[in-house]
Amino acid sequence: MKLKGKVWKFGDNVNTDEILAARYLITTDPIEMGSHLMEDIRPGFPGEINTGDIIVAGENFGCGSSREHAPLAIKGAGIAAVVATNFARIFYRNAFNMGLPIFESAAAVQAFNEGEEIEIDISSGRIRNLTTGKICHVQPIPIFMQDLIDAGGLIKYLAKQRD
Amino acid sequence: MGMTIAQKILAAHCEQDTVEPDEIVMAKLDLALGNDVTAPLAIETFRGSGVKKVFDREKIVLVLDHFTPNKDIRSAQQCLVVRNFAKEYDIPHFYDVGDVGIEHVLLPEQGLVLPGDLVIGADSHTCTYGALGAFATGVGSTDLAAAMISGEAWFRVPHSILFRYKGELNSWVSGKDLILFTIGKIGVSGARYCAMEFTGPVIKSLSMDGRFTMANMAIEAGAKTGIFPPDQVTEEYLESRAGRDYTFYFSDPDAEYLDIIDIDVSGIEPVVACPNLPSNVKPVREVRGVTIDQSVIGFCTNGRLEDLRIAAGILKGNKVARHVRTIIFPGSQGVYLQAIREGLIEIFIEAGAAVSTPTCGPCLGGHHGVLAAGERAVATTNRNFVGRMGHPKSEVYLASPAVAAASAVAGELTHPDDI
Repeated sequence: MKLKGKVWKFGDNVNTDEILAARYLITTDPIEMGSHLMEDIRPGFPGEINTGDIIVAGENFGCGSSREHAPLAIKGAGIAAVVATNFARIFYRNAFNMGLPIFESAAAVQAFNEGEEIEIDISSGRIRNLTTGKICHVQPIPIFMQDLIDAGGLIKYLAKQRD
Repeated sequence: MGMTIAQKILAAHCEQDTVEPDEIVMAKLDLALGNDVTAPLAIETFRGSGVKKVFDREKIVLVLDHFTPNKDIRSAQQCLVVRNFAKEYDIPHFYDVGDVGIEHVLLPEQGLVLPGDLVIGADSHTCTYGALGAFATGVGSTDLAAAMISGEAWFRVPHSILFRYKGELNSWVSGKDLILFTIGKIGVSGARYCAMEFTGPVIKSLSMDGRFTMANMAIEAGAKTGIFPPDQVTEEYLESRAGRDYTFYFSDPDAEYLDIIDIDVSGIEPVVACPNLPSNVKPVREVRGVTIDQSVIGFCTNGRLEDLRIAAGILKGNKVARHVRTIIFPGSQGVYLQAIREGLIEIFIEAGAAVSTPTCGPCLGGHHGVLAAGERAVATTNRNFVGRMGHPKSEVYLASPAVAAASAVAGELTHPDDI
């Protein structure tokens, strides 16, 4: 499976308050959450996103609160995946549990710029920059995490275990 | 190879003799916690799964503390989801306006978390309970939903970093200053995915309230949990609270640590974390003169009795500066009531401070003290990210109750000795 989209670049330590401010934690609707994505650090961002675009960010992406509203807002805004140098741990587990594809690649973060078109080949772990031709690889994930993805998230994984 | 406390608790909960760092285990939980922000999503997921019963209604705790008493219609609707669920499933540990406290003050106070427990909470500051020698960590709503169904959660066994604090504490230096200093030293991802283990002679003589404050902010260094070896202080705290048996776990002498960090506290002065990261730490005297519009004292980080006593000690006989809105947030009804009995609330009101019912309120920009553009607050909370307490152009300085109270009186960031 391949994901193809335009890069939106963010820095280090993007926290969950920045991803979705707490004043919007009064809904469980991902589309509504998505309409406020990154509002305090990049006003108007949701309106610029084309469905399938990809966020590329630095270290410790998603630090701070445990709000699963953060990955839900990213998904709800039409972002297909997040590539970062690394992720804060609660955000990391939330993304796998609820089904937002995320990838760790310090090289990609270094080499890719905003506006470039990239393609992530999920099965081979290869990211190709279609604008510059540069190719990077993502950190392999533990087998358990792959099982979560294959099942379609934690709840479906547990249902499968029960059967 | 020996094991750390963190490894031992996880091993005991997945019926293995040993667990290794980075190993992924499914473990049985002693408690799963949700609040009015995270539980509605979890309940939606739970109901969507088709499962009709919870694994153990005694081991689920639901605390409506973030946007309560409800700040608007939508937060009331969100709480209604939890209120209905708690009623339908007859959840005994359901806390709402009247008996609610801020979750991480409330649960230990009620004896719901005990040493050796494995706890998840759909709230990042669940790591607070590590102060009791429990393994407690923040997760998301899907994890909470799964836990309500199965009573289990998956864990990547963390590496541990050992912190050893020694030396003599300077006056006014508290658990808050120690943890801010530590985060300033290692950075907001300095303990990412690790367990922080707090030890040393300074920790041994630190009160339970001080330990809760330190463990609370482990997440601010990216940690999975912050954990204290239990001791006599723990035991005394539990004496009137524990309603079931518990186990003290200790790290083996040959346990393996990712790093060992020695901190001599003798050189530490009262500090603040400047905007916009908890790691942006400076001695308060270096930023003296920065004016403030608001001082908020309390919350899950510093809303315990010792914190209110310290703040009252400074405010007694003083008035808060005319332009500084000072608001006290006791962490629970129990703390509030005891503060009344000790005369602390009278001191706060006479000093010109307001006192709120327990709520997370302004800490996350919810209600009861949200900031306007250009305004600045000193807060005993745990985060100072962009827009955390309100407008994206407002600012938050994190500090101890002593510094927050002294600054309220002076009208600017101030060392408690300087008022």
